[in-house]
Amino acid sequence: MRERLSTIVDALLPVLATLSALAIGAVMLLLLGANPVEAYGAMWEGAFGSGNAIAETLVKATPLLLVGLGICIAFRGNVINIGGEGQMVVGAILATLTGLNLVGLPGWLVITLSLMAGFLGGAFWGAIPGFLKAYFNVNEILSTIMMNAIAVQGMNFLLRGAMIDPAQLELESKIPQTARLLEAYRLPRLIPTRLHLGAAIAVLLAIGVYILLWHTTLGYRIRAVGLNPHASRYAGINVKQHVVIALLLSGAFAGLAGATQVLGVNYRMITDGSATGFTGSAGFNGIVAALFGQLHPLGTIPAAVFFGAMLVGANKMQRVVQVPSALITTLNGLVVVFVVSSDIWRRRRLQRRLREASAQIEVDPPGEADQPGPESGEVVS
Amino acid sequence: MISELFSATVLIGILASGIRLATPYLYAAIGETLGQRSGVLNLGVEGQMLLGAFAAFYIVFQTGNLWLGVLAAILVGAIMGLAMAFVTVNLHAVQGISGIGFYLFGLGLSDLLFQKLMGTVETVRGFSKIHIPFLSDIPVIGEIFFQQNLMVYLAFALVPLSAFLLNKTTLGLKIRAVGENPEAADSLGVSVAKVRYFTVIAGGIFSGVAGASLSIALLNVFQQNMTSGLGFIAVALVYFGGWRPWGVMGGALLFSMVNSLQLWVQVLGIPIPSDIAVMMPYVLTILALVLAVSRVRAPSALSKPFGRED
Repeated sequence: MRERLSTIVDALLPVLATLSALAIGAVMLLLLGANPVEAYGAMWEGAFGSGNAIAETLVKATPLLLVGLGICIAFRGNVINIGGEGQMVVGAILATLTGLNLVGLPGWLVITLSLMAGFLGGAFWGAIPGFLKAYFNVNEILSTIMMNAIAVQGMNFLLRGAMIDPAQLELESKIPQTARLLEAYRLPRLIPTRLHLGAAIAVLLAIGVYILLWHTTLGYRIRAVGLNPHASRYAGINVKQHVVIALLLSGAFAGLAGATQVLGVNYRMITDGSATGFTGSAGFNGIVAALFGQLHPLGTIPAAVFFGAMLVGANKMQRVVQVPSALITTLNGLVVVFVVSSDIWRRRRLQRRLREASAQIEVDPPGEADQPGPESGEVVS
Repeated sequence: MISELFSATVLIGILASGIRLATPYLYAAIGETLGQRSGVLNLGVEGQMLLGAFAAFYIVFQTGNLWLGVLAAILVGAIMGLAMAFVTVNLHAVQGISGIGFYLFGLGLSDLLFQKLMGTVETVRGFSKIHIPFLSDIPVIGEIFFQQNLMVYLAFALVPLSAFLLNKTTLGLKIRAVGENPEAADSLGVSVAKVRYFTVIAGGIFSGVAGASLSIALLNVFQQNMTSGLGFIAVALVYFGGWRPWGVMGGALLFSMVNSLQLWVQVLGIPIPSDIAVMMPYVLTILALVLAVSRVRAPSALSKPFGRED
């Protein structure tokens, strides 16, 4: 009974964290001279007020979910992937190249190949920091951030040069964008809104990642390495290899998120010079969604929808009460801080239970093994 | 055109602007060094910088008083540092992630305030160049080192000061002890919490000033996300510099010199695509991390929360 109660409390912690963030947001709205009830009302209306609004929310949720799935894998393996932005960009570039160059092949084939190209591009971009962490002990937080900057500059370079829309070359403006994908090579829409097949793919993949993490040997090993690299090594697991795999898979899902943005939403790549211009910060917000979903793939689904709704609702809020939608970035930051801060209560309960258990059996308590991993930069060699 | 790069005036220009560009990295990375030496990884530097940059700019824009601007950046940085310290020291939050939270918070809030309070990009009269008597008249060297603004001089003064603090004072010893072996420090009566509060708040202040150095000394404007990753690079420089102030300075200079070279390459119209040139410092940072990390060891308790019970 007590155990069930504490499971419920655990699940409620992120909700409480979000409510606290929204409460602070309400104070900020008051200070900005806006009525919080009106503002949050507008957000709700903007996110769920009509069929079209709900579809927009799901469109925004799709890349968050895909990035978040990758984050679940990485964080469970005790590697912190901050490189979602860059991985999305690289995935999108490869998907776009595939879609634009395989003209003549059947649509379903090109779409599949484009998505796979995105997956592989992200995997490649994630594998590099994974490799550097495993074999050169380079902190992956830092290297993934650097890889973001490199990917963005690479995108700008390609979109201004090799990949630029031939039509733009004729014009004086030379907008850095690619040509549009042919209609047959775009992800089909599910209903007459902007909602596309990518959303359904993301949900299916969430189930897939759940199976991967909890019902396959590979997933078991990734989690074992994440919980205790020393013990995993003694158990014969190649720790370094699994660090690389965790980051590679994590990047692959972000790459797929980038691909679905091109194939399902924009139908081309265009750059304003920044990563955010293309990703809408999904590479960062996906981390927020995954944390909110307790680093569980299935929990990440509602979390992604929630944050998708915040993003879509923010635009409506901006129009109605004239508060910049940057407020949402601020609140997302607070949600992250509150969620990781509230984790202490979950850990305390866990430890109390462990102590009670170890009082009966003579075993060493594994300490703080269950947290998503203090970034220690150490890999057992 | 390549040969223009090697003319004396251009070389002096590259070096002088390299020194100047090192300023924000120095403030932020020295502050981060203090935190990391005590075992706290603060990844929120970028957010602290953005808020500091905005606070300083807004105050200077309104009052015209540069020192009030710096003070505002210090206050904002201290508040952000205090919050970070509470979350990491008392609540044992996973530091890599809470730092990202603080980054998003600072990114959003500085943007929000900018749009609400300013709306358009404005400029201010920032710190002006100070020609140090005699020294600035030395040919070449004077032009490179001694014709900078006050924020630049202060940033470089911080290096020996922080090295002295860490290596020669009791407080420095406590900071290092807490970062290496908090249990032992605790058993000797050092308050791990107090030391970490001190370093993290100091780090927040320096990050805030780093932001101010951009908005009221180097660029004299504020724009959304104007730091564009600079704060994260500062964190990388701490690793690169082997957690030592002088090493951090070396890294900051290397980075800023490459950046300065990159800017001059564009100014001179040398046919290297600007996107590739902008990319280079990041590639260099990764390479530097590969080389540096295998050389030195991080503080043992880095990013590990400390508590007697849990």
